[in-house]
Amino acid sequence: MQFGLTETQQTLKNTVRKFLAAECPLAEVRKQMETETAFDAALWRKIAEQGWTGIIFPEEYGGFGMGMVEMAATLEEMGRALLPGPFSSTVLAAGSLLEAAGNEGQKEKYLGAICRGEAKATVALLEDSASWSPDAVQMKATGLTLNGRKLFVPDAGVADFLLVVARMDGDLALFVVPSNARGLLVTQMPAMDATRKLYEVTFDNVAAELLAQGTHARKALDRALDIATVGLVAEMTGGMQRLLEITVEYAKTRKQFGRAIGEFQAVQHQCADMLVYTESSRSAAYYAAYAIQEGIAEARLAVSVAKAYASDAYREVGNRAIQVHGGMGFTWENDVHLFYRRAKASELAFGDAAFHRERIAKLVVDTQGTTEEEMLLATDKHG
Amino acid sequence: MSIVACAAGDEHSPGTHPKFSPDMLSAYMDLNLTSTELAFRDQVRGWLHDNVPADWEKRRAEDEMLARFEFLRAWQKQVFQAGWAGIAWPKEYGGRGATLMEQVIFTEEMARAGAPPLANVLGLMLIGPTIIAFGTEAQKKRFLPSILSADEIWCQGFSEPNAGSDLANVRTEAKLDGDHYVINGQKVWTSYGWAADWCALLTRSDPNSTKHKGLSYVLVDMKSPGVEVRPLRQLTGESEFCELFFRDVRVPVENVLGQVGDGWNVALGTLMHERATLGAGMQVTFKRQFDRLVELSHTVQRNGQAAAEDPVMRQKLAQSFVDIEIMRLNQMRAITRINQKGVPGPEGSIQKIFWTELNQRFQQVAAELLGPYVQLTKGDHAVDDGGWAYSFLRTRGNTIEAGTSEIQRNIVGHFVLGLPKSY
Repeated sequence: MQFGLTETQQTLKNTVRKFLAAECPLAEVRKQMETETAFDAALWRKIAEQGWTGIIFPEEYGGFGMGMVEMAATLEEMGRALLPGPFSSTVLAAGSLLEAAGNEGQKEKYLGAICRGEAKATVALLEDSASWSPDAVQMKATGLTLNGRKLFVPDAGVADFLLVVARMDGDLALFVVPSNARGLLVTQMPAMDATRKLYEVTFDNVAAELLAQGTHARKALDRALDIATVGLVAEMTGGMQRLLEITVEYAKTRKQFGRAIGEFQAVQHQCADMLVYTESSRSAAYYAAYAIQEGIAEARLAVSVAKAYASDAYREVGNRAIQVHGGMGFTWENDVHLFYRRAKASELAFGDAAFHRERIAKLVVDTQGTTEEEMLLATDKHG
Repeated sequence: MSIVACAAGDEHSPGTHPKFSPDMLSAYMDLNLTSTELAFRDQVRGWLHDNVPADWEKRRAEDEMLARFEFLRAWQKQVFQAGWAGIAWPKEYGGRGATLMEQVIFTEEMARAGAPPLANVLGLMLIGPTIIAFGTEAQKKRFLPSILSADEIWCQGFSEPNAGSDLANVRTEAKLDGDHYVINGQKVWTSYGWAADWCALLTRSDPNSTKHKGLSYVLVDMKSPGVEVRPLRQLTGESEFCELFFRDVRVPVENVLGQVGDGWNVALGTLMHERATLGAGMQVTFKRQFDRLVELSHTVQRNGQAAAEDPVMRQKLAQSFVDIEIMRLNQMRAITRINQKGVPGPEGSIQKIFWTELNQRFQQVAAELLGPYVQLTKGDHAVDDGGWAYSFLRTRGNTIEAGTSEIQRNIVGHFVLGLPKSY
């Protein structure tokens, strides 16, 4: 048994860290978050040149062909750098959904464009109910025409196309809609985390291309959401790690009563708690990535465990980071709030802790005496 | 677990970056047991299936402490004779000479089978490993085999009335007199002191020393004249631990473990083992308790429906599952680190903080779920022979024993995060 990154995985992680430290330091993050879309085309090109826009996809579509653990290591560094923009929505959510749901032609066209860094994309799932369960989707497709509205769609302002979840004849169905489609209106929903913008998208008789429907659509969506959730938890772990580093550094240098505040146990113990949260999130994130990679039966459970834990943990780490920084932590100038805002947005994305705890309860409380396979079918049915 | 990796390389300037090539990747991390480990696990599982005493769960509630201890001693003898004691200990001293991973597998399988604990728990988990690390050949030959066979039970004399969290304040004196040390002093919170044949005693051998210097780790025969043991009753009602009094107790000089005056380092080895190993097996025990609680949740009523249907209890049960699962994953990472580095490190404190506080939260969830029934300690209405009432009370000790949570956070703050020493 070996639960840790291999040397090569660590090398990859270091490569991403160095790249982002040089290309996207926090000063750059601040610049980008002040823009309309928090997107920088030059940075995106460089990320694509590294091959990361195709990180987990097969080489036949121009992908990099890596595994979920390598993806998690990469995303941890992106979270640590607070990388703004549409990487997760494009690569993890839309990319995984295309890979799981699309036919060959669609994969070559859309997934290929994502891998090559030529297209940004996003998944439009949530509606007024703000529920992350696909069961809550009500938007109707009449034939290949979409009407209605989606909310909380990340990065829709820079996406070249959207993957839309709707109902066709009562069945769940997935569609591709180019962002310049007639009848599509994209409006920003100003929110806490300015590094990653959210949008309302309305559809007025919008023509769409069918990607998948029925069970196939549902399975593809479940898989894409799981992959994107693991990526997010890895990112959150990176954010916690950075908050911990910043806070420990501050506690070592800030002096009160003639000594470093980190010498006081009231402060030191907050830092110790931050480490426990961070390391525990890291364990959960990499295990969930491994579980998806290996296709083990309880992978969905591992994903929910990770997201339930990290959702609370990132916020708690943020709470402590601000508290240890004192008045400085409450200023705009200090970087801590940037991570705190990201923590809140991340907590809510792909289902908060309560959402995932209920998913866990369905798997471990409701299914006494049933096999793991039956458990999985049960979640497929009830979300 | 990784300590804070600071920003080496953060000062790189923008420009071109070497592209990372996928063929640099070799193996994924591998959480599977090897075929050898799997075979070992199946062998252990088979043996436990055939040998765990069937009436054990019932005896736990009924037996008197001494009768129960003799039962546990006989059980350890049986385990020893079958070759399962001291899995990772060297063969020449009666161990199995296997890996740490196999030790972990054995501990987990014991918990999974609901097997009785081994009587000589402190000897097996703490003192034995310390003797292996610091002992002379003669000491290893003399002491290790009888720890494994449970012929000699051990206790650990560390804490004193004025040396608790501040352990380096130990005052129990060891004064050289010819080829003996003469011991005078008092120890407290000594688990299994009433059952022990031997005591691993932390003493001050240099009367002019203070703090960490001038301490010696001495192995004391509890049958020596001048040793007095007084049981202390715990808040659970049991008398698991004791006070020890030493009055002019003579100990031969060859019973010093490690160098004279180096007792702090020897003791630290014990403490790290304590923190690193105490959690293994606990995780499986928690998972068993969790499964049992879920079973109960389908029959116990809450707000007019089964607790399993109650949205609040569902959330709390799920959070307990999350905690217990995270403990398992943290444990796997910690074992990987010990395998790579050879010894447990201060990261064991992270584990200890996590699992002790998890257990307190979990027992509170169980108490809420069971409602008024949780307070019953015995009788027909008590749930699981009062086991939940016991666990609820016992868990308060978790964040105190083997170094309080406050001490663990000091260790994490100073030794892992590099913050200034606070005490």
